[in-house]
Amino acid sequence: MQHGKYRFIVGFLAVPLGLYALFVVWPFIQSIYYSFTDWTGLSPEFKMVGFDNYSRMLDDDIFWKSLQHSLLFALLLPVVTIGLALFFAFMINVGGRRRKGGPVVSGVRGSSFYKIVYFFPQVLSIAIVALLFQFAYNPDSGAINSLLRGIGLDSVQPLWLGDPNLALWCVMAVLVWSTVGFFVVLFSAGMASIPADLYEAALLDGANRITTFFRITLPLLWDTVQSGWVYMGILALGAESFAVVGIMTTGPGGPDYSTTVMVLYVYQKAFRDGQAAYATTIGVALLVVTLAFAAIVMRLGRRERLEY
Amino acid sequence: MKTTETPAPVPAESGAPVVKTDAPAGAPPKEKKEGAVLNVFSHGMLVLWAFMVVMPLLWAVMTSFKDDRSIFSSPWSLPDTLHFENWSRAWTQANMSDYFLNTVLVVGGSLIGTLVLGSMAAYVLARFDFPGNRFIYFLFIGGMSFPIMLALVPLFYVVNNMGLLNTIHGLILVYIAYSLPFTVFFLTAFFRTLPSSVAEAAFVDGASHSRTFFQIMLPMAKPGLISVGIFNFLGQWNQYMLPTVLNTDQDKHVLTQGLVQLAVSQGYKGDWSGLFAGLVMAMLPVLAAYIVFQRQVVQGLTAGALK
Repeated sequence: MQHGKYRFIVGFLAVPLGLYALFVVWPFIQSIYYSFTDWTGLSPEFKMVGFDNYSRMLDDDIFWKSLQHSLLFALLLPVVTIGLALFFAFMINVGGRRRKGGPVVSGVRGSSFYKIVYFFPQVLSIAIVALLFQFAYNPDSGAINSLLRGIGLDSVQPLWLGDPNLALWCVMAVLVWSTVGFFVVLFSAGMASIPADLYEAALLDGANRITTFFRITLPLLWDTVQSGWVYMGILALGAESFAVVGIMTTGPGGPDYSTTVMVLYVYQKAFRDGQAAYATTIGVALLVVTLAFAAIVMRLGRRERLEY
Repeated sequence: MKTTETPAPVPAESGAPVVKTDAPAGAPPKEKKEGAVLNVFSHGMLVLWAFMVVMPLLWAVMTSFKDDRSIFSSPWSLPDTLHFENWSRAWTQANMSDYFLNTVLVVGGSLIGTLVLGSMAAYVLARFDFPGNRFIYFLFIGGMSFPIMLALVPLFYVVNNMGLLNTIHGLILVYIAYSLPFTVFFLTAFFRTLPSSVAEAAFVDGASHSRTFFQIMLPMAKPGLISVGIFNFLGQWNQYMLPTVLNTDQDKHVLTQGLVQLAVSQGYKGDWSGLFAGLVMAMLPVLAAYIVFQRQVVQGLTAGALK
């Protein structure tokens, strides 16, 4: 199969690779370069300023706030989301009561219904979800506060997104709401491929469900959990938090910078304040955080792979 | 948490994890009772979460049929009459029809482009040995873990200089470029699993490389193309960050942008019922498609993470 091989390879790779290099690779390289300049983005002139942007960043209180919030997103969101999803997936797939004559392990009744419903938010755009919850959180006429009034809790009427102490948690709750279903379905697929005789053996030995989960399901599902963790963290640092914080919060990023995240700060510096070079500096910090996060999760999570 | 004693962690060499417990077979009565409590609790949680997922969506549908006054005075009451005019107002006056058309054009173009270019690159990377193969492969999949926002700052000016800013075809090209990492990653793995004998036979019979690809390999790769196609369709249809940066002209807005824009401008227009109608209008086609093609959608979206 040698005839014309290289011509074919070049012909097939040229367009995709060219497009990718031009719109993805080249901007990445450029932005690292720009982070050492004083480019405003508005005029084509700029000069090198060394590490000025970086030292400015270290003195920038808003940068530190956004870093804090982004780290919280990357660490806490996956824990809550994956924890909930593992619980639901286990109940759906393995948690069912044993019925006489039925299979050894079975899901709860209506398991396929739960899987369909839980997945709903995943097919919706995060922007639409954010808009919807922005209204639900409205302190006067939103769905949540009027529900509280409806059940007699007239005194409990939080400002939700208007309260600097609550706003970040409100935003995180929306991200949990929209991603749990994806992981339930992902883990369900993983659990379905665990052979039933492992469960059978555990049950014969008298293991209860909690033991079964920690001794059989979780170890065998570990690879999926780990890659799900990295996936969720990257989303929580990037596109998803940009959408929810940018759409839902006042400012956006407010009130009083209580919800701002790195990805939003990059956007605001570049396209609102005309400080493109400084924006790329924060972007480089975001890159470092993202790669460090992925590396740490992969490293901490490394275990002997179990074959089954 | 531990009601049973479990000795020593599972030795990795043993192949399969073995759970050994000292407890006698058959749970004692006390444990059974605990099990019942656990059952009620966990069933309750499952039902509660289903409720929490569905309620906001139903609330949005309900609100889209109410008039503005009752949206604010009693958010949970049923609409007095079905105000269908909200929907027609959203469709015509609030430009939802334009946003739909723009989205269909952008996603249609970029989906086809992503699948064609992605499968070409993946096929070459999966099936041919040449210097730089590994490098190009990792260059592609590296794009999956980089924060896109970092590239978007210079990209804005790259796109601007090429005269592609605020154009549909410019947006299509950028969508394709940013969809390639996952597509190439997924399809490379897929092409590797296909048997090589068929392609070799075609080649011996005198088919060229590209003819072998288009007439033999591509049809064989159909299941993989469907999965990755659904993944990209949803990702591109729901895309918010790329158009927000690169598509600032209101006439060219896609759905997600248009709705956000609409929500912002409601501050002075006050047409909340129209906005809700727009939101539901954008949600329903995707939800309906999901319910119809449920199995394929789930496979497409989870396929990457299970590889």
